[in-house]
Amino acid sequence: MEQTGKKAIWQEYQKEIAEDKYYYARSCIRQNFFPGSEHAFLNILRNNLKKDLHDDAKHTTCTGIGYHSDVVPMETTMTVVARNFSLMTEAGYQNYIPSCITSFGLYTEIIETWKHFPETLEKTRDFLFKATKRTFDLPNNLAHTSDIIYKFRHEIAAMAKYKLVDVHTGRPLRIVDHIGCHYSKMFPEKGVGGAEYPYVLAGMVEAWGGETIDYPERRHCCGFGFRQYLVKANRSYSLSASRKKFESMQPYEPDFIITNCPGCPYFMDRWQYVIAETEHKVYGAGGKAIPVLTYEEMAGLVLGYNPWDLGLQMHQVPIEPLLEKMRIAYNPAEKYLGVNGKDLGKPVIPELFKYQDE
Amino acid sequence: MTDYFSQLSEDVRFQEGLNACINCGTCTAICPAAEVYDYDPRILTDMLQTRNNEMVEELLKSDMIWYCGECMSCKTRCPRNNVPGLLVIALRNLSQKTGFFTESEKGRQQLFLKRSIGEWILNYGYCVYAPHLHTSMFPELGDVWDWIDNHMDDVFTRVGAKLGKDGPGILRKIQSEDLDELKAIFDATGGTERYETIEKYSAKKAKEMGLNLDETHNNEYFLKIYNDNDKNHHEF
Repeated sequence: MEQTGKKAIWQEYQKEIAEDKYYYARSCIRQNFFPGSEHAFLNILRNNLKKDLHDDAKHTTCTGIGYHSDVVPMETTMTVVARNFSLMTEAGYQNYIPSCITSFGLYTEIIETWKHFPETLEKTRDFLFKATKRTFDLPNNLAHTSDIIYKFRHEIAAMAKYKLVDVHTGRPLRIVDHIGCHYSKMFPEKGVGGAEYPYVLAGMVEAWGGETIDYPERRHCCGFGFRQYLVKANRSYSLSASRKKFESMQPYEPDFIITNCPGCPYFMDRWQYVIAETEHKVYGAGGKAIPVLTYEEMAGLVLGYNPWDLGLQMHQVPIEPLLEKMRIAYNPAEKYLGVNGKDLGKPVIPELFKYQDE
Repeated sequence: MTDYFSQLSEDVRFQEGLNACINCGTCTAICPAAEVYDYDPRILTDMLQTRNNEMVEELLKSDMIWYCGECMSCKTRCPRNNVPGLLVIALRNLSQKTGFFTESEKGRQQLFLKRSIGEWILNYGYCVYAPHLHTSMFPELGDVWDWIDNHMDDVFTRVGAKLGKDGPGILRKIQSEDLDELKAIFDATGGTERYETIEKYSAKKAKEMGLNLDETHNNEYFLKIYNDNDKNHHEF
């Protein structure tokens, strides 16, 4: 059906997201820093939403961080990506869903490059066959894993055990979102809401009872910058960018930060830790730091998953103030235990991050 | 003199990234790197559109091309579809091919990136691999990471990961036949050659600077490129 008027104008901010049968590509960063998020995503897709998702042991990194650190040439990255597509083809799937925004941006860029420069696609096919004897099909549908949760946000809302509401006052939680630069800055039409009206996370927040804050530096980079974080000599770049965002969101007293990219929650969590330790400064209301969640963690909490199954104990900023606001049932004594209650000791808790009797 | 501009022009990212720049400065206004470094993507783009070969050579040897964080914010905002971030990627590519990257402090850092991210990709199949991350190199990993580091298998198992284990799952062991395919791709496509080029020119530069460089992460040159930051990078 042809869209007219406002619907036609907003059409370019929508995207087609496959309904089912996904080939899942894991994220290097998310697996290392937020492993519970990937575990939760699979559980939500398979157990809550009853979707078919292929979790393949054979796929590798897309080389994205190496590519954007400029140590991996474009031809190499294209061919590694082609190998991952070959594995999707081999497994009988057509809908490719990477868990990483750097990957999603890179896959998008590569597919677009292959369209605009068909000789690069042919060259990649030759390279892949020469190196591995493999062939590949392009995905029919490419979506970031947050797009999938966004697509089914109302179904998740219908199953929700908790709402994004301060149960003590009835106030919707104030949430700032950060969608990550490579989600839609390069190809705005490939992201929900584009680069100007980011809606992939805001849509989840609204569907689950919260309120999104459109703060001034909402679209500013978290500061990863690849080599700008990875090399210690450059790291002030990264800290400065996150700090700019914290200063910008502080007046709105957010209850938490929700993130799209696997790297952004790491930086927004850990740079709050660094500022607290070096300047004795925190940015949340009531002298507290602002908890930072991945969208899988937010969905998991809403669905009633155990916070420690989600891996929230691996964050540096304490998450308990948010759990209390939402009155989520949790056992503080289990926070740092291993499987079957194994005693793993406890981390040192920074002075400004101590919660209750810690 | 080698025609560096022509070499740059062969790169599809250069072709996509350079249209007619109108010098409006929107890219600079939005650029996170321009806030912390003496860096102006507008000037860089303008230098390139002069097609001046000597200027291109100067850029290839400069710190300027290493300041960008490749966030691509410039792509969204440019009213003429220029992408300084893509131009930077093309310049960095050529700077490494020619060996000019060792002429600048920021360029020399490529050796650290090759020996960390670059080697983890081929050794483990991941760009980043938790058992190699420690607060000694990345102090902001924090107190919580020291606890994770000390109990790595237990913590990762607790949250459903398969660290170093067979089969599918989070941080699973990627099997040798898959890593072999990855290596074959690197060999066929210039990835291995890039790594060797970075090592070759870095060794030459270390010698020139009178600094020790061996294959470890603990030698004078390696520690210097990882830690040193000339304050002049931030002088405006």
